[in-house]
Amino acid sequence: MKRDEFLECMAWGGTGVVYGLTSSGLVGRSLADASAVPLSAATRTFVQISDSHIGFNGKANDDVVATFQQAIDKINALPVAPEFVIHTGDLTHLSKPNQLDTVKQMLGTIKTGAFYAVPGEHDVINDNGDQFFKLFGRGSSDRWFSFDAAGVHSLALTNVVGITKGGILGRDQLEWARADLAKQSSDTPIAIMAHIPLYAVYPDWGWTTDDQSELLDMLRRFDSVTVLNGHIHQVLSKTDGKITFYTAASTAFPQPAPGSAPKPGPLAVPAGDLAKLLGIRTVSIVEGSHQIAVVDESLAKQN
Amino acid sequence: MLLALALATSMTASATAGKVAIKDYAFQKPSITVVAGSTVTWTNSDDDPHTVVADDKSFDSMGLGQGDVWSHTFAKPGTYHYHCGVHPFMKGTVVVTAAAKHV
Repeated sequence: MKRDEFLECMAWGGTGVVYGLTSSGLVGRSLADASAVPLSAATRTFVQISDSHIGFNGKANDDVVATFQQAIDKINALPVAPEFVIHTGDLTHLSKPNQLDTVKQMLGTIKTGAFYAVPGEHDVINDNGDQFFKLFGRGSSDRWFSFDAAGVHSLALTNVVGITKGGILGRDQLEWARADLAKQSSDTPIAIMAHIPLYAVYPDWGWTTDDQSELLDMLRRFDSVTVLNGHIHQVLSKTDGKITFYTAASTAFPQPAPGSAPKPGPLAVPAGDLAKLLGIRTVSIVEGSHQIAVVDESLAKQN
Repeated sequence: MLLALALATSMTASATAGKVAIKDYAFQKPSITVVAGSTVTWTNSDDDPHTVVADDKSFDSMGLGQGDVWSHTFAKPGTYHYHCGVHPFMKGTVVVTAAAKHV
């Protein structure tokens, strides 16, 4: 299957999950049968953006500020402002002060109830993330946290500090997650956000998290678990029992499909194709149900 | 012949400069051998950032953008394994031999 075709295709995943990527809005709705996901007033939404790489300048995208602005414009044009926006890492390319300043200012223009971020490896490249957590976290000591919004209980995790192969959550964070999840009833919809995928997408490129299985075991008793990751700059999905994983498009540049190139990294595509490979993701939750619609929308102009 | 060449090399060894290009997500000389006191310089030519981090954390270049150059002087003999902190599958080794004694 060619990449373009993959991005346009849609599939069912998990329990009551509708999934699709479209360049023209929430067509995920048309896929669902009438009972699946009525996008009504009882639907609550949040938005995931990822891998904005502010400061990158290369063949794959010579204006990452412009494409990030397009993503923000898309969020601000949604019919209902999302309850929160989560950025799943690599906000900047090199964590330089001017890059951090630019992304911070741009994020401030998003119309949403709250903004959260988890770090990517580019965000912790110089100082294990001290500056990142100061700017975007909940204080330098809180490198992971949970919150309740949009009808889901979300865990915002850090799996990019001290990496030696794939991502790493670490003992302290796993024990914190165990205690946090123990307080939730199994019918509470759970969302997990972390930069590096929490399933083995392609371990040879580090596209996996070394100690993910311990976290996933804690999640198996829940009726609905949505795992949202970034890092690989492409939309992929996988279902494992009641857990569904979604990796997100970047707002900056695509990367090769797993194993399709000698190495990962910024992928230069014909200029007209770039916007089709970048995007934002809207997650809709039907209140009081386990039905979650995950819709990826590219930055390409609507037809 | 090979032995003679090796001897000749070791006899002229003294603190010098080593260079390692970082390109296409690889340290282009996966292993480099220098004598103690030498400085090794890494240059990143990828448009993705890389770092040069000792596995034991004894040195760390921090983020190197495209075109950035970083040097480290190896004072003591030993084998130094390092990797890229952003892409841990990128690995390299610096072997530091004892400085040749000047007779």
